[in-house]
Amino acid sequence: MKVAKHWREIPERYRLEAAKCKKCNHICFPNRLICPECGAKEFETIRLSGDGKLVTFTIIRTAPIGFGDLVPYAVGVIELNEGVKLLAQIVDCNPDDLKIGDKLVAKFRRINEESKTGMIMYGYKFVPDQGI
Amino acid sequence: MRDVAIIGTGLIKWGELWEKSLRDLAVEASLNCFKDAGINKVDTISIGCMLGGIFNGQEHLASLIPDYLGQKHVPAMRLESACASGGLAVRTAFLEVASGMADYALAVGVEKMTDVSGGEATYGLAAAADQDYEAFHGITFPGLYALMAKSHINRYGTTREQLADVAVKNHHNGALNSMAQFPFAITREQVLSSVMIADPLRLMDCSPITDGAAAVMLTTVENARKLKKHPVVVISGIGLASDTIAISQRRDICKLDAVEIAAQRALKMAGKTIKDINFAEVHDCFTISEIMVMEALGIVKPGQGGPATSAGLTALDGKFPINTSGGLKSKGHPVGATGVAQICEVVTQLRGTAGKRQLPNAKVGLTQNMGGSGGSCIIHIMEVKS
Repeated sequence: MKVAKHWREIPERYRLEAAKCKKCNHICFPNRLICPECGAKEFETIRLSGDGKLVTFTIIRTAPIGFGDLVPYAVGVIELNEGVKLLAQIVDCNPDDLKIGDKLVAKFRRINEESKTGMIMYGYKFVPDQGI
Repeated sequence: MRDVAIIGTGLIKWGELWEKSLRDLAVEASLNCFKDAGINKVDTISIGCMLGGIFNGQEHLASLIPDYLGQKHVPAMRLESACASGGLAVRTAFLEVASGMADYALAVGVEKMTDVSGGEATYGLAAAADQDYEAFHGITFPGLYALMAKSHINRYGTTREQLADVAVKNHHNGALNSMAQFPFAITREQVLSSVMIADPLRLMDCSPITDGAAAVMLTTVENARKLKKHPVVVISGIGLASDTIAISQRRDICKLDAVEIAAQRALKMAGKTIKDINFAEVHDCFTISEIMVMEALGIVKPGQGGPATSAGLTALDGKFPINTSGGLKSKGHPVGATGVAQICEVVTQLRGTAGKRQLPNAKVGLTQNMGGSGGSCIIHIMEVKS
C-alpha cells in the first residue's frame, strides 16, 4: 500500500522531525528505536533547522523511473547545523555552480509521483542559502 | 570447524543472454561446476541472487534451482546481500561443510538482468540503497559512488585520469578472459569521453548490466585430497561485515569501513597480513570503488589508490595484481553471481590454469565482494594446500 508507505514517513519528510537520544543527545534522522551510539531507547522528538552545508554532491544524468523529467539534477549529502547528515536533491540553482561547502537551506517540495495511483509525494529539497 | 577446500568452479560466458532464463543460467554454471569437480550430487545448495523478485518476478530459488539441477529434495537456500549475495552464498556453503552439516556444498550465484529496461534496472538496483531516504530522492547507484568519488577527489586530489586507469587496466585483463562480457581493451581517452552518468562518473567508469551465473563446490580438505583432480585450494579466511545502509550515515564518506573490518576478520582467521596476499579480485562496480577498496584493504594508504593504479601497482605485471579476470567492469556484473565468479578466478589462478592472464607467483589470493554502497562486504582468502 503505497499511501501508507509514504504517510508514515511524513513527520520526517514534511517537518524534518528527528529523534534526539535522551541519554547521549545523539540526533537520529530518520528516527530509530535504539540509539546507534549508546543503545538507549528513549528519545525526544525535535525539529531540525534545515540549515546546513554541502558535504558532497553529484549531478544525475541517467535517472531511475519517475525522475527522468528532472535530468540533469543535483543530489548531495548535506550536513545540517545540528550535525545530522542526510541525502537530498539540491534545486533552484545551476548544478554546475555547486561547490562542496556551499551553504544550503531546506525547502518543502514535490519529490515524485507514484505512477499507478497518481499520488504525489512531497518532502525536503535543498536550495542555496541566499541569506534572506 | 573442519578445513574446507574448493574442488570445482563453474562459469559460463556472460553478456546479454536473451535466449537464457534465470534458471538456465544457474543450472548451466552449476553443471560446469559439477563437471570440474567430478561430483554430481551435493548435500546442500546455497544460491546468491539479489533481484530475482524485482527483475524476473521469481522468488523461491531454494526450490527452483535444486529442482532444475536434478537435485530433488536437496536442502537449499537463497542468500541476499545486494551485490554481495554471491560471496554470502559461498560463505554459507563454507559454514555447511566446516560445521559438518554437509560434505559437499554447492554455491551458485545468478542474476538475470536484461529482461528489464535500463530505467527498471536502475530502479531495481537502487533497492540496495535506503529505499525511503536515498532512492526516494532520485539517487542512483552510480550516483552514490559519484558522491564518494567527488569527496575523494576533493580530499585527496584523486584525478579523473586515475579513475579512468582502473577501467583501462581491468579491460586489458578482461581482453584475456573468454568468459568476459566485454573482452576488449579500451583507452583512457575512451573512458574520459564516454557519456556522463553521474558527475564525475562516466559510462566507462561503470560496470555493465549483465546476465550471468557462476558456481563453486566445496568439501572438506580430506575429501579434496582424495579426488586428486586439481591442486587443493583451501579457504583459509573469511570475513563478513556490515555498515550503515545510507551513505550519509557513514563515519567517513571517503572510507569503506565494512571492507576494512571484513578484511581484518578474514586476515586474522587466515593468520596473515595483507602483505601475505599476492593478488585480489575486488568489487570494481565503479572505478572509484576499486580505488577505495585498495585503501580499505590496506594495500595502499588512504588517498594513494589513484596514484598507485596509474603507476601500475595493480596491473597484471604489477606488484599486487587486482582483477586479473577483468573485474566487474570488463567481465560483467550480474550482481548475485559476481562474488562467486571472483572466487572462481582466484581458484583458477591458484591452480595455474588462467592461460594468458596467469600470474607467475599466485600463492595466496583474496576476493572482496561488496553490497550496495558499502553497506555489506565479504572477503575470502584462498591458498593452495600442499
